[in-house]
Amino acid sequence: MKKRLIQAVLAAAIPLASINVQAADPVYGGTMDVVVQPEPPSLMIGLYSNAPTQQVAGNIYEGLLRYDKDLNPQPLLATSWDTSEDGKTWTFHLKHGVTWHDGKPFTSADVVFSVDKFLRQTNARLRQSLQYVDSITAPDDYTVVFQLKQPFGPFIGLFETGTMPMIPKHIYEGTDYKTNPANHHPIGTGPFKFAEWKKGSYIHAVKNENYHVKGLPYLDDIYWHVIPDAASRSVAYETGKIDVLPGGSVENFDIPRLTALDNSCSTSDGWEYFSPHAWLWINNRNYPMSDKRFRQAIMYAMDRDFAKNALWNGYGKVAKGPVGSKTNFFNKDLPDYEYNPKKAKALLKEMGYDGTPVRLLPMPYGETWQRWAEAIRQNLAEVGIKTDMVSSDVAGWNQKISDWDFDLSFTYLYQYGDPALGVSRTYVSSNIAKGSPWNNAEGYSDPEVDKLFAEAATAYPDSKRQELYNEVQAKLVEDVPVAWLLELEFPTIYNCNVHNLIDSAIGVNDAFGTAWIEK
Amino acid sequence: MSIQTLFYIGGRLIKGLLVLFVIAIFNFFLIRAAPGDPAKVMAGEAGATDELFLQQLREQFGLDQPLYYQLWVYISNLVQFDMGETYRQQMPVFDLIMDRLPATLLLTGTAFVLSLVLGVLVGVIAASNHRKWIDSAISVAALVFYATPLFWLALMAVLLFSVFLGWLPAFGMETVGANFTGWDRFVDIAEHLVLPAMTLGLFFTAVYARMARTSMIETSRADFVKTAKAKGMKPSRVTFRHTLRNALLPVVTLAGLQAGQMIGGAVLTETVFAWPGIGRLMFEALFQRDYNLLLGVFFISSAMVVLFNLATDLIYCIVDPRIELAK
Repeated sequence: MKKRLIQAVLAAAIPLASINVQAADPVYGGTMDVVVQPEPPSLMIGLYSNAPTQQVAGNIYEGLLRYDKDLNPQPLLATSWDTSEDGKTWTFHLKHGVTWHDGKPFTSADVVFSVDKFLRQTNARLRQSLQYVDSITAPDDYTVVFQLKQPFGPFIGLFETGTMPMIPKHIYEGTDYKTNPANHHPIGTGPFKFAEWKKGSYIHAVKNENYHVKGLPYLDDIYWHVIPDAASRSVAYETGKIDVLPGGSVENFDIPRLTALDNSCSTSDGWEYFSPHAWLWINNRNYPMSDKRFRQAIMYAMDRDFAKNALWNGYGKVAKGPVGSKTNFFNKDLPDYEYNPKKAKALLKEMGYDGTPVRLLPMPYGETWQRWAEAIRQNLAEVGIKTDMVSSDVAGWNQKISDWDFDLSFTYLYQYGDPALGVSRTYVSSNIAKGSPWNNAEGYSDPEVDKLFAEAATAYPDSKRQELYNEVQAKLVEDVPVAWLLELEFPTIYNCNVHNLIDSAIGVNDAFGTAWIEK
Repeated sequence: MSIQTLFYIGGRLIKGLLVLFVIAIFNFFLIRAAPGDPAKVMAGEAGATDELFLQQLREQFGLDQPLYYQLWVYISNLVQFDMGETYRQQMPVFDLIMDRLPATLLLTGTAFVLSLVLGVLVGVIAASNHRKWIDSAISVAALVFYATPLFWLALMAVLLFSVFLGWLPAFGMETVGANFTGWDRFVDIAEHLVLPAMTLGLFFTAVYARMARTSMIETSRADFVKTAKAKGMKPSRVTFRHTLRNALLPVVTLAGLQAGQMIGGAVLTETVFAWPGIGRLMFEALFQRDYNLLLGVFFISSAMVVLFNLATDLIYCIVDPRIELAK
């Protein structure tokens, strides 16, 4: 019965290859309509680092660098950069002639202010990395020098717009950042300028005529529409009112239908920097999860290929371990946890599992996650693990994880291109603390793992880091502190008349500076 | 208006204020009873945080204070007509509500008038043709719309009128970026209004139709109606002057209830049609645990219920002069 279901689902899934469009010359003009979900709380990217904020504000603000789809740094506000022999001094040369949207020049003083003052105070994620930075200085208007305390491997990966946006010093210096009136009218250096925000309806940005990259942008303006219902977002795209559905903005079961429409294109590119990694939290503190064999049994019990094909329309990749395959320092030689209920049963028998039921928390992020929880529940039941589903909304779910009040729970987190930024936080024992659902919530603690992650973050050069990360990945895959599910991909669906939509590793979160619409 | 009526209204308003006060305190505790932390919800959207950041947020929202103190701040601000700031948008709650209120009132007001007029009319037609096919047809239709879930109806309407026929826009309140003015803008908004207002209004149309029909049939058997007919009055005049006026009372009661829900009652419709109104604001605030905003919407909604209850009682007197206002 189940096999037939899989086949039916596979048959229904439309071939995913997107249509190749002939390269044509870009044309100027046109308005692009994009969906943003949910409505961002604010567009001040230095204060709010969530996805919808960045999706819009990534067009208004800029960082020093961008990253191509292989995560190589590319010039943006910095034209070149070099590092000292020991990897501790980084010098960035800024682009000349860049102006803020209000006409003031962008200089090294803005960079020092943004990183050292503003973001150090407001951006929790960057703050973790800035502890490796000893000083940030500006020898002249167009040079910035970062002096590190010790080499920090992921340093060159910190400069994208969402992580380290440039904030105008002349507007924010000496003010209370959170209440500065400019937060309601963001000023950046990006290819589009903020025009209007009709709360609950749309956000409007218009072309920056003085953009520092000559000839860009192509589009006249962009509207981000706020449409709260997933089915309505699909309809809005179907009726041609919307040109772009960023990844994750429609339910997965609508994707085959929408990509099959006339003149509809799709791509799973643009997630390389984030590499969203999905796993099951396993509360390592309590029986039976405290037994390694039980956790391994969960890995063998799950049919992850089924989930990928049936629930995610074939997008994504079965996760091998803690590091995603697109993230730097992925260990290619890890053993597989194949779907093998027999092995799972044997492990459970060996440990003498007494059938204690476990609580499973689905992720309250829409229908797909609910269905996924049901699929896993069935997988676990087949090897003799009984589960009780505990549902709640986002706030309640956050609370349960941060209070360690769970046995198993779905989640996914971004990796930000480097294990030191987005992976180690889940496994090092210094990160075990109640009150946050994004640290080491499973309570796994191993001194060797702690040591390897700490050494790998500051080892130099990269080959040394790779060695250490290979070792820690192998160790974690053996211990199964959490049960890895999939490397997620959220396809972006768009009207084929739109070209060059995604040209960096942060996808729709980057500026649509090079995007253009065929007439 | 007599002095007596004015006194009555004044008394009711004072009682209403007391009720609102109690409701405000009750709401405060009700919301805090739900598990979850606004700071964590907000940090969660960023996918990463540290304790310092959470602490900053809680301080900013005043959530680091003891609960009784937060209640005191809330109530004392409320007395001065200050509803605080929203956590998420960093805007005064009152401004945000006022910003979204016109959209909701337009939608619910249209649906209200539409359902009341249409419902009563259909009900009268059904009653006048009692036990004929048209009566059965209306009754069946009313039952179907009464029983159909709102969101399903909305989605089906979108599918038919927007996707297949392409007659009406599927979402929003205006064509974004068109910058219409004057008459063009009116037409544009009207076009956007049709589907959500229909969806929202159909349920109550059905309720009014059933109510009006039953009440009309009952009243038409009364002696004074027979008398009116016997003295040779025109049938239409009998229906509207004698029967309808007396049959209207239960409909007014129900209309008062519907009017009281005009602010918060359109959550589903606003969500499906991306209508930028209050219902959606409340719904989102609930999931984000935006306490201030949620309390603000609750407060305005309860004030509306109190006001409309009073208005309903006054309308009773107009419809039926035999009803007197109790002192």
